[in-house]
Amino acid sequence: MSPILNESSDINYNRRLNFPWLAKMAWRDSRRNRSRLLLFVSSIILGIGALVAINSLGQTLQQEIDSQAANLLGADLELSSGKIITPAIKKRVDSLGDRRSEQRSFSSMIYFLKNGGTRLIQVRALNGEFPFYGEFETIPITAGKTFRNGQQALVDQTLMLQYDAKPGDSIKIGNTTFAIAGILKGAPGQTGFSASVAPVVYIPLSFLPQTGLEQKGSRINYKYFIKYDRPVDIKKLVDQLEPVLESEGIDYDTVQTQKEDSLRSFSDVTRFLSLVAFIALLLGCIGVASAIHIYVKEKINTIAVLRCLGVKASQAFLIYLIQITGIGFIGSVIGAIVGTIIQQFLPLLLKDFLPVKVVPHISWTSIWQGIGLGIIISILFALLPLVSIRKISPLNTLRMSFEHTSIKDPAKWVIYGLILFFIYSFTFIQLDGWIESAVFTISVVLAFLILSGIALFLMWLVRKLMPESWSYLWRQGLANLYRPNNQTNTLIVSIGLGTALISTVFFIQTLLLSRVTLSASGNQPNMVLFDIQSTQRQQVLDLARKFNLPAEGTVPIVNMRLESVNDITAAAVEKDSTLGMQSWIFSREYRVTFRDSIVRSEKITAGTWAGTRNGPDGPIYISIEERFAKRNHIEIGDTMVFNVQGTVLPTIVRSMRTVDWNRVQTNFLVVFPTGVLEKAPQFHVLMTHVPSVETSARFQQAVVQQFPNISIIDLGLILRVLDNILDKVGFVIRFIAGFSIITGLVVLIASVLISKYQRIQESVLLRTLGASRKQIFTIASLEYFFLGAFAAATGIILALAGSWALGRFTFKTTFVPPVLPIVIVFFSICLLTVFIGLVNSRFIVSKSPLEILRQEV
Amino acid sequence: MDTILNVKNVSKTYQSAGRTLTVLDTIHFAVEAGSTVSIVGPSGSGKTTLLGLCAGLDNSSSGSVELHGIQLEKLNEDQRAQIRNQYVGFIFQNFQLLPTLTALENVMVPLELRGEKNIKPRALDLLDKVGLSDRGHHYPAQLSGGEQQRVSLARAFSNQPRILFADEPTGNLDAETSGKIVNLIFDLNKQAGTTLILVTHDLDLASKTGRIIRLKGGRVVADETVTQKNTEYNMQNTESESTN
Repeated sequence: MSPILNESSDINYNRRLNFPWLAKMAWRDSRRNRSRLLLFVSSIILGIGALVAINSLGQTLQQEIDSQAANLLGADLELSSGKIITPAIKKRVDSLGDRRSEQRSFSSMIYFLKNGGTRLIQVRALNGEFPFYGEFETIPITAGKTFRNGQQALVDQTLMLQYDAKPGDSIKIGNTTFAIAGILKGAPGQTGFSASVAPVVYIPLSFLPQTGLEQKGSRINYKYFIKYDRPVDIKKLVDQLEPVLESEGIDYDTVQTQKEDSLRSFSDVTRFLSLVAFIALLLGCIGVASAIHIYVKEKINTIAVLRCLGVKASQAFLIYLIQITGIGFIGSVIGAIVGTIIQQFLPLLLKDFLPVKVVPHISWTSIWQGIGLGIIISILFALLPLVSIRKISPLNTLRMSFEHTSIKDPAKWVIYGLILFFIYSFTFIQLDGWIESAVFTISVVLAFLILSGIALFLMWLVRKLMPESWSYLWRQGLANLYRPNNQTNTLIVSIGLGTALISTVFFIQTLLLSRVTLSASGNQPNMVLFDIQSTQRQQVLDLARKFNLPAEGTVPIVNMRLESVNDITAAAVEKDSTLGMQSWIFSREYRVTFRDSIVRSEKITAGTWAGTRNGPDGPIYISIEERFAKRNHIEIGDTMVFNVQGTVLPTIVRSMRTVDWNRVQTNFLVVFPTGVLEKAPQFHVLMTHVPSVETSARFQQAVVQQFPNISIIDLGLILRVLDNILDKVGFVIRFIAGFSIITGLVVLIASVLISKYQRIQESVLLRTLGASRKQIFTIASLEYFFLGAFAAATGIILALAGSWALGRFTFKTTFVPPVLPIVIVFFSICLLTVFIGLVNSRFIVSKSPLEILRQEV
Repeated sequence: MDTILNVKNVSKTYQSAGRTLTVLDTIHFAVEAGSTVSIVGPSGSGKTTLLGLCAGLDNSSSGSVELHGIQLEKLNEDQRAQIRNQYVGFIFQNFQLLPTLTALENVMVPLELRGEKNIKPRALDLLDKVGLSDRGHHYPAQLSGGEQQRVSLARAFSNQPRILFADEPTGNLDAETSGKIVNLIFDLNKQAGTTLILVTHDLDLASKTGRIIRLKGGRVVADETVTQKNTEYNMQNTESESTN
């Protein structure tokens, strides 16, 4: 053997990776690419920002709810019941605590004496010193206490604004006039949102009797607030009371349960928003993967040279992995900073939903989570193109040929698996349910695949169907969509998904509003009068006729509770979950009517309609709503025992009905035959149609003045409230979903700048061949217009499909696409894309070819 | 003398459009350590493919290549990378400097990769030898073509290779610069006692090596030791082939 061979046998093929050198090479290699690398990760900045902001808010909320828990309830213990409690229980309640307050609340009409304004409100008649923790926020500040001293009221600020009222003005509730002691801005546990749904007016409990609103059959909620001045184990106390409370149908809330409820509600909200933000982050990551793919292609030569010089495949791979990790870290830190800034504004955005005052503060946990998440996810998505580095042959130094890693490369499948696992794990942390997390993960993957499929299809279509007769500029603009290194797929997915999210929210809002509007169009009823006493029935009908309003008759309503079904009681259902009944069917109050025929919104689907009871001692055959029956496994012939204010009524199910709940009509789960409930305590409802806002106002004034106990809902009010709710909810969702669109636009900016060199070359070539600056500008404008148009159209199509499905299957209504909003959304996205694209490529269009080449090449 | 490169019946085929394309057909030769060899031939004759195989940049379809007594076919790509780092130097037609590294850093890379210490003085010394001691901190884009190739030369010799592969080293340079680069290659090669394998169209350059292997259609058609006389013959012969 020659001496050379002896030497060669000394080679250690398992040379260590030499991490410091790899880090040094990563740093060196990044020298001329740092701004570009930062651009790659810019698309994850917003996603991380949104997540950090929402998680920080969640943390802050948790801390605030923790520290303000007592203020949420206003007492140590709250007992509530839908019916007046028995004297024995009252005695027990009065023995609890050192201080007590009682509140009775119900819906009624308010009448502003100054301008005749009327509106349905929630009256809260209160005694004692409630709230024991926290306070009523009022203007003037003292009004929260002083209103209890006389015939005075605290009126919610939305009402005060709506009717231009001021403290000192008079309002009438029922038969009694109250002076407005102050404006109510907040009460324990109350959100701006709940106030807009049902504005609250507090009056002293001592004045309730004289309002005349507390009558038999009135739907009043009774609450007792209890405060201990000494330390008491409330949980132990509640455990002792629970059997009694349960048997009497009394609910309770403690500081702890209230805290848990609030935390649960808000963690649900923040989890939902986190998932929407996570989608924006995933879109950004697709942008990162796409940009890194182009980057790696540009680096083939460098990698091949390194391989020639003896760099192993794993070392070459690690050099770029270190780069991406570093830049992912920087992007995530910027994202965390952006998120912390956004977080300062989130409480403003959500103020109507928050039950506690939130002072934003920096949440380091959320920041570290965001940074960690950013690094992991940018690495995961960058790995997809980075694994190609392993396959770059040193032969590329002699002859350039880039071989994509094929779909068969096991490394790619491992990375896809890791990405899926990561999405699933993140979702699982948010949703805490493996099925929900799997559904979310699959839905996200499906949405991405569908969008990506549409993008590929559009590119194929453009390539195949581009008319030869079109001018060169149009053809070149379109052809740019499928040229090498195009970002069409990525942009259609990101901008498309953002557009889809925002459009769906908007379409559903429109759908729900139009459903309410449509339901009362033509001569359909658009006003409901309820709480009409039997003695007032005829007079109310006469009044309606005096206003030329259609009033065929009133519908009687009797409140009752369900005692048992086939001898199965609430207690049995609690003990045995296999009985197939939901326990709430025993705890809820049933508003039941009686009549001898079915109405237009109903259809008998099983059994036969009873109509009238056969003699005073005959069996009581009732009709129940089909879905209610199915959910609780109730069949024809089953017995249901109802309790009507102490009187027990055994009934037999004789028929089942479908009910069109969409109609503004008195619809019922349970309908009794005539001849049973005529003498039971009842109130009546009148449905009518008012032709104009003016007639509505005059009629409401007349009703409230003449019959102060009667409450009125007019469709205008429902529409306003619904619009308000949907606007607020929709705005929050749109705000977070907006991050997806902005991410899409950031990806667009990145893609324009990343493909700068290629674009410069094309521009120079075209200019050399005689293209004018205007022509280059037109080509670029058309390219971005088509890109925006395809992305927007894809998003809108998805939104239309989603809205149609939601309308058809969830809201059971026909979805009519709103044409004008679609056109506006479409052109807004197109123009925004053209604007962003042109602003970022102006350097190519506006300068001379030589100037650009000197600068850039 | 010892054999540093032993090419035994090497063939290279590619699949293209369902057909088998033979680029190299049963090539057989050996190179002694310290000798200078040029591979010449018309375009498409397989010169660069052969260089790639000899340098361990690619695997042959059949036959074997032994470099420094090590059969390259038996090694995986990472092991071949190690062999390249240990024993091989490269000079390319288009210089192939790493664009984000300075001239000095480019020269240091092979040594850094070996984990050697105190390499900066050695790299500076090499830059000095190629006349670029004052351009060490310039990036490739700031250097002329000739300067880039000189940096490339310094890099090629930095790991004290046993064998140097040069692929058309003057192909992208003007005549005057080419001359200087060629002189540098041979001077450095002589000083280091390295084996030089040169792929070129330039017969003037080829004639400076001790042996010329002529390829045509993927086969060795001549393998001659260079003397002044047969160089002139070869020059005429190859030129007439090229024009045909």
